[in-house]
This record gives sequence, structure tokens and C-alpha cells, in this order.
Amino acid sequence: MSATIVDEPSLVARLRAGEESAFEQLVRSTSGRLLAAARRLLRNEEDARDAVQNAFVRAFQSLSRFRQESSILTWLHRIVINEALMHLRSRAKSDQPSIDDLLPTFIADGHQTRDTVDWSETADQALERAETAELVRRKIDELPEIYRTVLLMHDIEEMSHAEIAESLGVSTNVVKVRLHRARQALRTLLEREFGGQK
Amino acid sequence: MNCREVIGFLMEYLDGALAAAERSEFEKHLAVCISCVAYLRTYEQTVRMEVTTRIEEVTVPEELVRAILASRKM
Repeated sequence: MSATIVDEPSLVARLRAGEESAFEQLVRSTSGRLLAAARRLLRNEEDARDAVQNAFVRAFQSLSRFRQESSILTWLHRIVINEALMHLRSRAKSDQPSIDDLLPTFIADGHQTRDTVDWSETADQALERAETAELVRRKIDELPEIYRTVLLMHDIEEMSHAEIAESLGVSTNVVKVRLHRARQALRTLLEREFGGQK
Repeated sequence: MNCREVIGFLMEYLDGALAAAERSEFEKHLAVCISCVAYLRTYEQTVRMEVTTRIEEVTVPEELVRAILASRKM
């Protein structure tokens, strides 16, 4: 995580003492990182701002429980992610689209139904263009919510399988299966762009 | 191992989470299957491309900063 706080133990002590300037320092030094994460998960500016604000309120109320086992930014990041997940659950649709069409298929003996062509070099060249990141972002957003969420939490927000499992209330095995399926589905979506197989 | 098993274990392989015997079986298949090598390379490329979409930090509107600080006093 890029945001850094100089002399964090001293900041935490000042926060616990209720020093107004310490709260402002905390908000100003960490909210940019937190808002980026919330926007990515929620894709809605108002919801993202609400998630960040609610996360800070929650954090301020539970400062006494912050044990300094992680950095304060990591602690806040977890709270924001959980706030964002609550927003996502509240707007979750019961009929999630299937991901099956984006997963590889196999014949009876376990071989791939059709040979995969290596498009990684074409994609490497495309990465030099600024618009490629935006294209990849759009493709990630095409994934069904339960897969998109796990992929963002792991590959973009750099959370561990165990942290994601705890936030989602599922086993680490479920997280690993969803992450692998999400990456495979995204791979197929990118193949359609870079593999010349539209 | 066949293609289905190799693709199923791909993430564990890349994470270094396969046991030595499974890893050896996995690599034996890769040595003879161009299609699975292509799948592995494009899977890795997919993850690399994801990383390019990371936005570490954004500018926070001043009104949000003020709202957060005000909410502490409520």
C-alpha cells in the first residue's frame, strides 16, 4: 500500500488521546488509498464515499481495539473493504450470470477441446498503450459479482486468501476456487481481444 | 496428468503450492503439451494485465474529508 504514515506509534497515541489534529492527519494521509479501493469495488461514487466515511466512523469508535499488529492503513483498508462488501450485498441480484461459457472445456480423456494459442506477446505490446489498462478494467467489470469481488480483493487489493475468506464468510478453499475461475474467465475475455479469436 | 488436471492445478503451481510429486507430474505434461503451455502463459499474462489496472491512490474531495472529520463529533 502506497500511503505511508511517518511515526505511526506516535500518531496512534495522539488518536487515543483524542487530539483533533491527529484525526485530520490520519484522514488526509489514508483516505486517498481507501477511496480508490472503495471506488473499484463499488463502481459508484456515492456508495464509495459512504463506505469510506462509514469505515472511518467505525474505526474512530473502535480505536481502543486496534492492537497495532498491522499498520493502521492495513486495518482501515480491511474496514473499508468490509463496508464495501456490505453495500454490494445490499444490492446483490439473486440471479448471477453463469461463468461457464468463459471456462475451458475438455474432451472425455481430459484434453482441451480446442488448442490454446499463446497471445501473451501481442498483449505485452498492447500494454504499452495507455488505453489497454482501461480495456482490462472493463473486462474485469464484466465478471459476475462473486468472481469480480474475489479477483479484486486478491489481485488488486493484495489481500490474502485467509483475509478474503474471513471478510466474505466463506472457506479459503471457496476463495481459491472463485479466484482461479475468475482469472480463467478474465483470460478468455482478454483472449477475445488479443488472441484474434473474436 | 491431463490438460483438465493441469489447468485445474494451475494457480497452485504458480503459487508454488504443489507437492514435489504433483509438480513433477505437472511439468511432465507441460513438456509435451504446447496448448497447456500457451494456457499457462496467457493465464500469467492475465494476472500481469490485472495489476496494470491498480490505482493506488486518488485525490479525495475536500468535502469528504470534512464530512469524515465532522462525523466523529456527532
